[in-house]
Formats: sequence, C-alpha cells, structure tokens
Amino acid sequence: MTTSQEKTLTVALMDPPYESEASTTALRIIDAALRKGISVNVFAYEGAVNLTMKGQAAHPNPVKGTSAEEQDHPTTARFISGLFGMSGEAAKLDWAVCGLCADERGAGDWIEGPRRGSPGDFYKFTQESVNTLIIGAR
Amino acid sequence: MANYLLVESRDPYQFTDAEAFYQIAADLAKAGNAVTVYLVQNGVLPARRGAKNGQVATLAATPSITVLADDFSLRERAISANNLESGVSASTVDDLVDLLVQPGTKAIWH
Amino acid sequence: MSVLSIVEQAYRGTVEEQDDTILWLSHMLKNAGADLNILLRSNAVNYAVKGQDASGLTIGGVPLTVPPTIDKDVQALIAAGVTVYAVQEDLEDLGVPQGDLIGGIQTVARSGVAGLFDKHDTVWYW
Repeated sequence: MTTSQEKTLTVALMDPPYESEASTTALRIIDAALRKGISVNVFAYEGAVNLTMKGQAAHPNPVKGTSAEEQDHPTTARFISGLFGMSGEAAKLDWAVCGLCADERGAGDWIEGPRRGSPGDFYKFTQESVNTLIIGAR
Repeated sequence: MANYLLVESRDPYQFTDAEAFYQIAADLAKAGNAVTVYLVQNGVLPARRGAKNGQVATLAATPSITVLADDFSLRERAISANNLESGVSASTVDDLVDLLVQPGTKAIWH
Repeated sequence: MSVLSIVEQAYRGTVEEQDDTILWLSHMLKNAGADLNILLRSNAVNYAVKGQDASGLTIGGVPLTVPPTIDKDVQALIAAGVTVYAVQEDLEDLGVPQGDLIGGIQTVARSGVAGLFDKHDTVWYW
C-alpha cells in the first residue's frame, strides 16, 4: 500500500439531505478525516446528489419566530462548501456526483467543488484508499 | 484473522436487522477475528444502562469485542457517558476515523 | 480485492429507477473488472424469486413502458460470473421454496454469513 493510499479514505453516500442522520454523520467523518490530514474521496450516489445542490436556501422558523438570519439554518451545501475550504495540500477532498443520478433528479446545478462522476470513479476511489465506507440508504 | 470495524447506526427497537448485525459481530469474534462495534446515531440507544438490549450487553462482555458509542450521538439523546451498559465506552468521531484508516481493517456500516 | 456486496432492502425506488440501484451498480463494477459477489438478505432475498412482474403501471396517464425485471437482472449477474448468495433462513421467513428460486442462486445459512465476510477482502453493506 502506498503512503498516499494509507492516508486516503473513500466514503459512498446515498441519502438525500434532511431525511436521515446518516448525512450528518458522514459529514462529521469527512470533517474529522480532513482535520487529521487524511484525504477523502466521496461518491455521492442516488439521493446524495442532492447534498450539494446550489439552490439550497436557508429559511426562517415561524414556530420559533426567528428570521432566516437568526435561525442560521444550515444547509448541507453550505457544510460541504466548508469541507472544500479545508481541502488542500495536506488533505484533499474529491467529491464525485453520480452523473446519471443527478440527471434523473434534476440535481445537476451544484456548488463549487464537486464534479460529475460515475461508478468507474467509485471503483478507482476504492482501489486508491486504505478503506471504503459505504453509508447505504435506509 | 482480520480486524473488523462494524458501525451500527440503527437500533433494535425499530429495526430487527440491527440484531442480525450484532449476531454477525458475535460470529466474527467466535471465528477468531478482532471486532470493534461502533454505535452511532440511534445505534447508541441500547447502550443506555437499563435499556433492554440483551445482545449489546453480550457483545460488550465478549473479550475479543470492543463496543464504543459515539459521544455526539449519546449527548444528542441525553445519554450520559457515565450511564452506559457495562463494557461500552464513549468514543469520538476522531477515534472512528483512526479506526477506519487502520490498514487491514474491514469497515462495514449498517 | 474481492468484494462482498450486501443488499438488504428490496424494491426501494425500483419502479422509477427501472432496476435495483445496487444490483445495477454491482453489474457496472463487474463490467469494470471488479471481483464482486452479492449477498441478498432480509427482504432482499425476494430478488432471487422467479417471475417478478412490475409491468402494466400507468400513473397520471403516463405508462411505465419499461418496468424493472429484477429476476432477469439477477440472472444476468450470475451469467456475468457474479456469485449471488441468499440467506436460507430469510427465504424461509418469506415462505419462498427452493423451486421458486432463479437458477444459480447459492443459499447460505445465517450462521455462515460471517464466513462470507472472512472470505472476501472487503464488505460493502448497502
């Protein structure tokens, strides 16, 4: 195993935002890995292609009576932009969005950072990592 | 023999499949493998002392099995790290990442 | 690197997707050269049953002209060299007799699943 491979983790995601706590846990894992200098490859499959949609917008909370600013409602796109902000020489984040999954969901307009990908990217990721964590949909 | 990291995100109260996953952990240990079970999300619910969780207690009492519970998931559910089933330890996402990047570890999320 | 790909949930979005997305992904990876086998467990053992038929659906006047044919997809995986296992007790729980299974399915006892984990370099639990 190469040194680069030892310091690279692959994660496959499937859940869309706001439907499962798995999305939050996945982002926590990616955040921790990047902080520790471990590169992360992400394959966003199926509903996970919605995690990076540019059009996500924060909103106020009428039950709590808060404005959008006060509520500071996080979007997954904003969290992931932050993760790309952590990506650099020490640890790189490569986020491949399953192209066919994005097409069928109309989720092709994503934030800066992710790129269009395919199962071939996922396969390559798995061969270049010390481990692959599949976070399947529930 | 291998090192296994089994991440259980589901609880046995809603999903019977969680029990099947615990059984796989037990079977892997019985076969001579070193097994870490990392409970996260609702998977930490059976770790609360006093919860009906037969299999989690058995796993935690097995010498070749380490049972860890994610500290954020515990806190989110108001489960104190001092009030866990015997043999279960609170852990962090940083620890989880360390386990994930150990060469030779088979990591499986459920 | 040998892979055991586990499918545990059946019929999730299969009508709109026209297939099971994990069986589809597995076939793509096999075509790309992956050394991959599949384990069907829980309700997904139903994917091993002959005669699954999702045809004839029309919603809002829009017909489903190409329905999923999961049993044929499983047969195609077997023909491509993928070993497809199904947990025996899960089949029994679902009341599926041996004669209703697609040819080439290999049944494994629940107690044998850990052995399949050991036999493969990596396990992907979808």
